[in-house]
Amino acid sequence: MTADVVAGRRAAPRSGARRLLSRHWYAWAMTAPVVIVTLVLVGYPLARGVYLSLTDATEANMGRTIGMNVIPSTYEFVGLRNYAEILTSATFLGRLLWTVVWTVVCVALHVGLGLGTALLLNRPMRFRSVYRMLLVLPWAVPAFVSAFIWRYLLNGEFGVVNAMLRAAGFAGISWLDDPLWAKVSVIACNVWLGVPFMMLALLGGLQAIPRELYEAAEVDGASPWQRFRHITVPGLSPVSSTVVLLGTIWTFNQFPVIFLLTRGGPAGSTEILVTYAYRQAFEGIRNYSGSAAWGLVILALLVVLAAVYRSALRRQGEEW
Amino acid sequence: MTTGDQVTTGDEVTGERATTGGRVTTAGAPHGEAPGKAPRGARGGREYRSPARSAALHLTLIAASVVSVFPVAWLVLTSLKPRTVIETASVRPFEQPTLANYAQVLGETRFLTWAGNSIIVSLATAVIGVLLSATTGYAVSRFRFPGFRSVMWMLLITQMFPVAILIVPIYNLMAGLGLINQFPSLVIAYLTSTVPFCAWMMKGYFDTVPVSIDEAGRVDGLTPFGTFWRLIVPLAKPGLAVAAFYSFLTAWAEVAYATAFMTGDDKYTLAVGLSQFVGQHKAEWGLLTASSVLIAIPAAAVFLLVQRHLVTGLTAGATKA
Repeated sequence: MTADVVAGRRAAPRSGARRLLSRHWYAWAMTAPVVIVTLVLVGYPLARGVYLSLTDATEANMGRTIGMNVIPSTYEFVGLRNYAEILTSATFLGRLLWTVVWTVVCVALHVGLGLGTALLLNRPMRFRSVYRMLLVLPWAVPAFVSAFIWRYLLNGEFGVVNAMLRAAGFAGISWLDDPLWAKVSVIACNVWLGVPFMMLALLGGLQAIPRELYEAAEVDGASPWQRFRHITVPGLSPVSSTVVLLGTIWTFNQFPVIFLLTRGGPAGSTEILVTYAYRQAFEGIRNYSGSAAWGLVILALLVVLAAVYRSALRRQGEEW
Repeated sequence: MTTGDQVTTGDEVTGERATTGGRVTTAGAPHGEAPGKAPRGARGGREYRSPARSAALHLTLIAASVVSVFPVAWLVLTSLKPRTVIETASVRPFEQPTLANYAQVLGETRFLTWAGNSIIVSLATAVIGVLLSATTGYAVSRFRFPGFRSVMWMLLITQMFPVAILIVPIYNLMAGLGLINQFPSLVIAYLTSTVPFCAWMMKGYFDTVPVSIDEAGRVDGLTPFGTFWRLIVPLAKPGLAVAAFYSFLTAWAEVAYATAFMTGDDKYTLAVGLSQFVGQHKAEWGLLTASSVLIAIPAAAVFLLVQRHLVTGLTAGATKA
């Protein structure tokens, strides 16, 4: 490795194509499988998706084979019409707004509660590993099972949450059938299943902060808040920056919770961009072109988000 | 560190990587082996809590644990109740306990077929994903080469592809190949996300393997491939296993592709099959809860065993720490 780098330095001034090849061919060969698979499995469908999004393809005019009969495609190129329709529609703005609220609230609660429990767990005490095990449990259950569990717990008629409310003398709430409570329900479910990952990641980050820093700060008379603000927060930043980015992407694209808990209902009130695009493509008359355009709009939003985020990190001295 | 000197100052980058990698391993190790013990020994003398604060700490943690465990516990309890009790708003934990729901799930539904389907698809995804991505994880961990940043970006961006963007083109493609309602179509769809993800995770794992091992191999005359295959892979087996397990879980719990691609009920995966129990018109909560328990218990057991490594893999891939 060192030899490689030293050779690289010496060769740098006169680096031609051949030099580059002889120096880097093994790195390229090693990355080739992933690059090829990504280009074929992601790049090609992506290109096709971009093309479809510029047409008026639906289930009705898509080419298909029924028995021996081959029906050719009859969809046409319509330019940017799909995008214009999406970006000017009230549905898009409404769904975007809710998706942003959903993502921000969920990620804030994930990180807040995750950091809180991580701080509690990051100190010597009895039963620490027991608490840890219990708190991790929601992450261990597959997300689709969790969505079903919550659908049962929040069932209006015989869900246990309502049963408890009634036993305590309150009226039951139709959790999944009221637009506002349905939103609360999907957020509650997603927060429940997302906190453990944040907790474990942040706990790992906390344990990597050298203890001497806290001892030195204490000797210098720093208050607990000052220690948190000036040692814990900066010490966590490498881990927290990553998990916030990951968490944002995961939540933004969180399909199973919404799809299985409320199916986007009632009346589309919990529909995020991803589930909306999916239902366009696979429910009713399948609108392939519209769905592809939605997908690309969503991807564009995410790429902008990640780029802004990465450049912010790079200013703080991240590696790439 | 700016973009331009990325390649030329490669030695700095690698040096830093080696030390931080070492720090992570040492910081993680005592905790990994004996949670609670090492910090108590090291910090016990320094921190003293009054009984009141200690009680508050434990009460908070107990409350959090109850919130975290209750839904799962209630699921298990519900699965043991007969149907007539489930459909009343009862808050009693035990009522006429019975295994009838389990018997019905295993005997009268296609649960076992769906479980088999899920296992086939998930195993294929995991094995192929890891085989394809291992060398890439190593390369981006060790080498700074022209295209490095593009590869990293590609790995990051493909991970954030919303399901909505690829599903239609892949569906049309698979329909053209006659693969709809066939397992390969699902495996291919899952590979689009697991391959970049595995590469990303394995980079994190390889980062924690000291670079001095590579150097020793190179001094002894191994090629980069030889170093990777003979020295690094044996050391990185836990990392490979975790990446495989994570891909397995991703495929196991995936809903959107499986719902769209698998049209016959002999080809459903568990995620699709379970939603048949609670359709628009009827809701077989007994079947749903019993099958959920059957799925969740083995998944949770394995998961709890490896979760420590999962977190390290997920976060280390993207950061220096």
